[in-house]
Amino acid sequence: MGRGFQVTNRTTGDSFACGDGQSVLKAMEQQGFKCVPVGCRGGGCGYCKIKVVEGDFECGKMSKAHVPPEAIEQGEVLACRIYPLTDLIIECLPQPAAGLASKQTTTKALR
Amino acid sequence: MKKGVMRPGHVQIRVLDMDEAVKHYTDLLGLIETDRDDQGRVYLKAWTEVDKFSVVLVQADEPGCDFMGFKVVDEAALNQLEKDLVDYGVEVEQVPAEELKDCGRRVRFTVPSGHAFELYADKKYTGKWGVSSVNPEAWPRGLQGMKAVRFDHCLFYGPELAAVYDIFVNVLGFHLAEQVLDPEGTRVAQFLTVSMKEHDVAFIHHEEKGKFHHASFYLDTWEAVLRAADLISMTDTSIDIGPTRHGLTHGQTIYFFDPSGNRNEVFCGGDYHYPDHKPVTWKAEDLGKAIFYHDRVLNERFLTVLT
Ligand code: FES
Ligand SMILES: [Fe+2]
Repeated sequence: MGRGFQVTNRTTGDSFACGDGQSVLKAMEQQGFKCVPVGCRGGGCGYCKIKVVEGDFECGKMSKAHVPPEAIEQGEVLACRIYPLTDLIIECLPQPAAGLASKQTTTKALR
Repeated sequence: MKKGVMRPGHVQIRVLDMDEAVKHYTDLLGLIETDRDDQGRVYLKAWTEVDKFSVVLVQADEPGCDFMGFKVVDEAALNQLEKDLVDYGVEVEQVPAEELKDCGRRVRFTVPSGHAFELYADKKYTGKWGVSSVNPEAWPRGLQGMKAVRFDHCLFYGPELAAVYDIFVNVLGFHLAEQVLDPEGTRVAQFLTVSMKEHDVAFIHHEEKGKFHHASFYLDTWEAVLRAADLISMTDTSIDIGPTRHGLTHGQTIYFFDPSGNRNEVFCGGDYHYPDHKPVTWKAEDLGKAIFYHDRVLNERFLTVLT
């Protein structure tokens, strides 16, 4: 790994290094941190959505359903599809998807 | 099959980057590119399939599944099924022949879970890839990656499973092969078949409409599933879970993601279903074992990560 950047999650306090050209999610996973939920790792599911509060980064392709252009301006992006250009400070977002999970097995009668 | 719906015929999958997607579905899964069209869509098939394509990739802003198509036995059956759908109150849309290259007219409809399906009777017959139909060899040389045998089924997530069941079973002639029931007896998962396979399409209850869980491809053996797992590591492809066995269907499986985050499965084995078989039931309380027979716990990702 070449020159790295430091990514700090201010919600959880975790901090890890991210290599050149490496996504924030991949760096986190590789170093054994669990401070961002890991889904498809392909910019498609929105599971790894975070807010970048400080620092610059490049974006790969992300699903518009999860990251409309307004969201990118707010720094709300997918950790699996951002590549730091400077040190980053990120924070966790509330997980709308996770709320649906429990309903899988406690669904109301359909008939 | 008594109403003339024969088998899964195709699935159109949205991808964020076409070049990356084609590489994934050909080099890794081992599908064969058979055509492209002026909308930029790429047509693929697995080697044992006799028709020209089964997977259509289309570039889009958000990944997911546009529709799944079932082939019906002939034009008369297509006309009858179309009429039956309309009589049942399902709105149908006509997709003209050649909208997908070398495919006949399609009858498209959306079920209450929010998923679009199609019926069609004709698609260009190109025969199995790389082997003759006379004295065929066991398999063709030159297959890539996992050497997927066929496109097998899709799993969709959405609401209104009971209404979806009514259309598939009562109108289209599918059978319920397996189900998951919650403690109140509500069906929260349904595995439906028109063949001897355990499922040709499956649904799991989810509040949000129209979500795509996975497209699945058949492999011959457990050895091939392990080899698929090796290839997933060799190519640093995003893995979901496996190799493992399902309780539901008892298939041996591995899940992974395409470069746009759509989930794929390759699997082998699994139970069979004849029309006189009663549905197999799993209890929602035991969903962990029903889905991952060895771990007996669900990974959260399986229920929530969708496109
Ligand atoms: S993990 Fe699916 S979008 Fe990042
Ligand atoms: Fe499956």
